Amino acid sequence: MLANPQQQLLDDVQAIVGRLGRTRPALLPILEEVQARHGCVPDAAMQAVADALGIHPSEVHGVVSFYAFLHHEARGRFQLRLCRTIGCDLAGTARVARQLENELGIAFGETTRDGRFSLEWASCLGQCDQGPALLANERVYTRVTPERVHEVIEDCRRVFGAHAAQPAPAH
Amino acid sequence: MQPTESKRAPLTFDSIESGAGLAAAMKKSRADIIAELSASRLRGRGGAGFPTGTKWNLAAAAHVREGQFKYVVCNADEGEPGTFKDRVLLLEHADLVLEGMTIASRAIGAKKGILYLRAEYAYLRPHLEEVLARRRATGRLGQGILRVTGFDFDVEIRMGAGAYVCGEETALIESLEGNRGEPRNRPPFPVDTGFLGQPTVVNNVETFAAVTAILARGAEWFRSMGTAASAGFKLFSVSGDCERPGVYEFPLGTTIAELLERVGGTGAKAVQVGGASGTCVPASQFDRRIAFEDLATGGAIIVFAPGRDMLHVARNFMEFFVHESCGQCTPCRAGNAKLLEGIGMLERGECSTAYLQELLALCETMQVASKCGLGQSSPNAFVSIVRHFPDEILGRTPTAAGGVR
Ligand SMILES: Cc1cc2nc3c(=O)[nH]c(=O)nc-3n(C[C@H](O)[C@H](O)[C@H](O)COP(=O)(O)O)c2cc1C
Ligand code: SF4
Ligand code: FES
Repeated sequence: MLANPQQQLLDDVQAIVGRLGRTRPALLPILEEVQARHGCVPDAAMQAVADALGIHPSEVHGVVSFYAFLHHEARGRFQLRLCRTIGCDLAGTARVARQLENELGIAFGETTRDGRFSLEWASCLGQCDQGPALLANERVYTRVTPERVHEVIEDCRRVFGAHAAQPAPAH
Repeated sequence: MQPTESKRAPLTFDSIESGAGLAAAMKKSRADIIAELSASRLRGRGGAGFPTGTKWNLAAAAHVREGQFKYVVCNADEGEPGTFKDRVLLLEHADLVLEGMTIASRAIGAKKGILYLRAEYAYLRPHLEEVLARRRATGRLGQGILRVTGFDFDVEIRMGAGAYVCGEETALIESLEGNRGEPRNRPPFPVDTGFLGQPTVVNNVETFAAVTAILARGAEWFRSMGTAASAGFKLFSVSGDCERPGVYEFPLGTTIAELLERVGGTGAKAVQVGGASGTCVPASQFDRRIAFEDLATGGAIIVFAPGRDMLHVARNFMEFFVHESCGQCTPCRAGNAKLLEGIGMLERGECSTAYLQELLALCETMQVASKCGLGQSSPNAFVSIVRHFPDEILGRTPTAAGGVR
């Protein structure tokens, strides 16, 4: 029997809160895990987390909106974050950015139609000696050139190949 | 493919034997551990340079509520543009860092440690968890460390979520408490009222590693390096236009010229010392020293070759601050946006001298009236670039391509 996705989300939140604790200091770890499992922190999850912690949902919303790595709307299965800070800028970020847009057919801030990739800007990633740098989810790519952009995207696509049977996270 | 290893020079940390610092600390009283640190004149490696011994003394003396305990927090948020030496330390010398935290717990009487790791470094977490597990398995973390009854201390990793301001210690604590990472008014300071209201020592990754080295080798040894006001060696993250970017170690007091020689950056036009919040130093001042008494820095050195457009550099830093300001106070929130707008006018060649003076006056307001270090230091790069590269600022002509100059 297939559970309805909404119920599944709520059950999941309960399980996560149960494990990490119903305390305010657990809020960020809870939200991070919700997002890791569901691709984002949807409104329903914020409400459920707020109820579980006994705080107002606007508090949870305030936290989600503060942090660049938390979001309440679904992004791509792979979030490509390209560093736009000076070290990488000097090393040629602009051309890498252009080629990322060309390969994916989207602009920065957008997600591909198939929900597989989203493209974002990031502040300094701490790889300034090896720029241009980008993050594909948790994975770091350094010294990215326009010619290597394709390779980075293929790397991600191979993951889809390996999990062909697995649907993208709930949207 | 995870090519994230920086080139790096040999470091003193490579020769510090893991365990020696903690062993030496165990032979001392708590007061003597801190006395050794104070004697070493170690100052915080995160940028602000507060004397570590003084900080620990305050935390050791602070009162802890019944049933509560003190905390040791390692600041691994490393978000200052141009800084990456903590990443290398966490990858290669995590034991020295965790040992420093353990020594801190002994010195101030803390039971719990937290390592706040920036989200961008999530890929380091499995490695760090492994090191933590190994330390627990060998009695260097957990209950009864080194079989000493009552010496209980463990470290938990907590992840950041992509906010530069959370590197500011009170914002970091807010974040740990499950809040927006908005800096608090200080005082009270974390050593009194830190995580969950309890006395908390917050130190940079490198500071903890340096503590371990000092306990292992002695204050005298450490103090024999560097200058009177800036003792010891320091790690530097070197990037930009040089032949050999990477992580380096220099004694504090090293001149910019000496550093450039070593990294293959002689001939540079300018060096940004201290990252986006630091200051831009022109070639005519390359004899200045990198030390708390002259050019203070958490270790970020960004080299600019002749031909680089310094106003573009100022724009890049200002975009960073507009994006990363927490928005809590007006001088910073509105000021950075106004400066960015002004840089746009300068780029288009639309800025009068009088308006440039207004912008510089705004910078002064931000430096004194902002609530935290972000807003207080965000104008620094712009101010120093305007001062040192006047011929790149006024009277620019936009090019047909929409570019400038
Ligand atoms: C906006 C801002 C960002 C900061 N980011 C960091 C950081 O990433 N790492 C760090 O160690 N200190 C950072 N600091 C300094 C901390 O507030 C604090 O001074 C430091 O962690 C204390 O450790 P230390 O004395 O060992 O340097 C930042 C300060 C400000 C104002
Ligand atoms: S100075 Fe900027 S970052 Fe600091 S509290 Fe004010 S708005 Fe927030
Ligand atoms: S400037 Fe891009 S990683 Fe630091």
